[in-house]
Amino acid sequence: MKKAKRIFTYGFLGVASFISIFPFLWMVVSATNKSVEVTKGRLLPGTYLIQNFKHLLESTDLGTALSNSAKISVITTVLAILIASLAGYGFEIFRSKAKDVVFNILLLSMMIPFAALMVPLYRMFANVSDAAPFFGIDSKVAVMLPTITTAFLIFFFRQSSKMFPKDMVEAGRIDGLSEFGIFVKIFMPTMKTTYAAAAIITFMSSWNNYLWPLIVLQSPEQKTIPLLISNLGSGYAPDYGLIMLAIVIATLPTALVFFLMQKHFVAGMMGSVK
Amino acid sequence: MKADRQGMSIRVKNAFTGWSFILIAVLMIAAFYFYPMIQALILSFKTGRGANLSFTGWSNYERLLTDKTFFTALKNTFIYLIIQVPIMIILALFISVLLNDSKLKFRGFFRTAIFLPCVTSLVAYSVVFKYLFGTNGLINTMLMKLSIIGTPIEWITDPFWAKITIIIAITWRWTGYNMIFYLSALQNIDNSIYEAARIDGASSFKQFFKITIPMLKPIILFTSITSTIGTLQLFDEVLNITKGGPGNATLSISQYIYNLSFKYTADFGYAATVSYSIVLIIVALSLIQFRVAGDRK
Repeated sequence: MKKAKRIFTYGFLGVASFISIFPFLWMVVSATNKSVEVTKGRLLPGTYLIQNFKHLLESTDLGTALSNSAKISVITTVLAILIASLAGYGFEIFRSKAKDVVFNILLLSMMIPFAALMVPLYRMFANVSDAAPFFGIDSKVAVMLPTITTAFLIFFFRQSSKMFPKDMVEAGRIDGLSEFGIFVKIFMPTMKTTYAAAAIITFMSSWNNYLWPLIVLQSPEQKTIPLLISNLGSGYAPDYGLIMLAIVIATLPTALVFFLMQKHFVAGMMGSVK
Repeated sequence: MKADRQGMSIRVKNAFTGWSFILIAVLMIAAFYFYPMIQALILSFKTGRGANLSFTGWSNYERLLTDKTFFTALKNTFIYLIIQVPIMIILALFISVLLNDSKLKFRGFFRTAIFLPCVTSLVAYSVVFKYLFGTNGLINTMLMKLSIIGTPIEWITDPFWAKITIIIAITWRWTGYNMIFYLSALQNIDNSIYEAARIDGASSFKQFFKITIPMLKPIILFTSITSTIGTLQLFDEVLNITKGGPGNATLSISQYIYNLSFKYTADFGYAATVSYSIVLIIVALSLIQFRVAGDRK
């Protein structure tokens, strides 16, 4: 009986792990093969990686897309964790009834689907396009602005602020630090892991964002990585090896971030529901 | 609170500083969530093409009630919801209970492997799935080699199988994500409860339904609400795997709104009306889920 249970447990988890990993393996193997071989179902590494890479660079603007995605994701992440951590700290440390009400209203925004926002947001940015192209349609700022502040991230930082020892705030005040000084010099260094988790979550969602950039970004030189991949995938005569290589390259940054900071990431996800 | 122990002037000063900490966040959320929501409401009473819009009262809402494409998209979305969310939640629960066993070997490997799909972008994995499930794709080739099927399945081009493909894809991407929440909740359950149950002779089956499920109820509620909201917003996968086809067999509401605004002749007013239907559905479903979870207490 016990043995049967163990076989079942390992069998089930083994199959689940295999199914989870298989598309990655296939993606990586296919990136080294010729398109024809991918369609034939070849599952062994090939020698076509360099050629695929050359074709990818020749036929697409991979470098531009990568640099656009990197700029957008990094700036979004830095601003997002700064604004949300200030707010989360503010809501928790300077708590009042009025702020609790405001906080609850902010949380309601988590229920609003993006589909309900995309048309008015598009019109908002389209309206300023002529007067201020820097903020308008087809600008990176327009991609970033609506995604920088989310109620989720504020909630996340507020929950973490609960674990921050309040005595340290008092100690900072006695030492004559300003309230912002306490935040920058005491809170931020103490909560490094929280910041790391928040940064990973924000970077990933910004790097992978698709719908809003699809609407806002129109010129080819503004395209981000998900837009580039979507374009490659919609062709009628797809070069499978080349597309798989593009997908591997697009997945690398988030996969790397995940593996390097796995502990923080999982802790961050868990912290968000505690 | 701390402020109560301090003087009045400090309290007033603190209140000011407190508001300044949250100001930017409040303004950003007001500007990019609540203001557009109000705009969408106003838009939903206007009709016209592109930028030329005029008030037409309830006409968009009347159109909505007779719009076959809208109801197809609604039906598709509910099929995904009713089939996919329960499958995924049960699967995630099941896997996390298996993984919670401290004597299990390779725990870290299993957990990482099953969580791995969450690092891919929705677009990237959608494109991979599109090729895996193509008529000449690897899945069909393997199923035929294993003699499970005789002729290739039209995963992408048959209305029924296309929906199944989308369901498989979403389940692949999100099961590990939900699993992490259950795992963390399971680790918070005191092991002595299970030991006591074991001494009383409760089977693992009974322990699962009498201890694990009730203890995890808040997390199950949380994940089912977030998954419901996620499914109602489904877009990237459908657009990149099936383009909403064949016909409109896999069209999601989000994609329909996108089509109305940016693909066909732009009808922002009607698109806003359709988008409000999702808002109402999300609010209604969340209330029901809270109710159901609350009643069982």
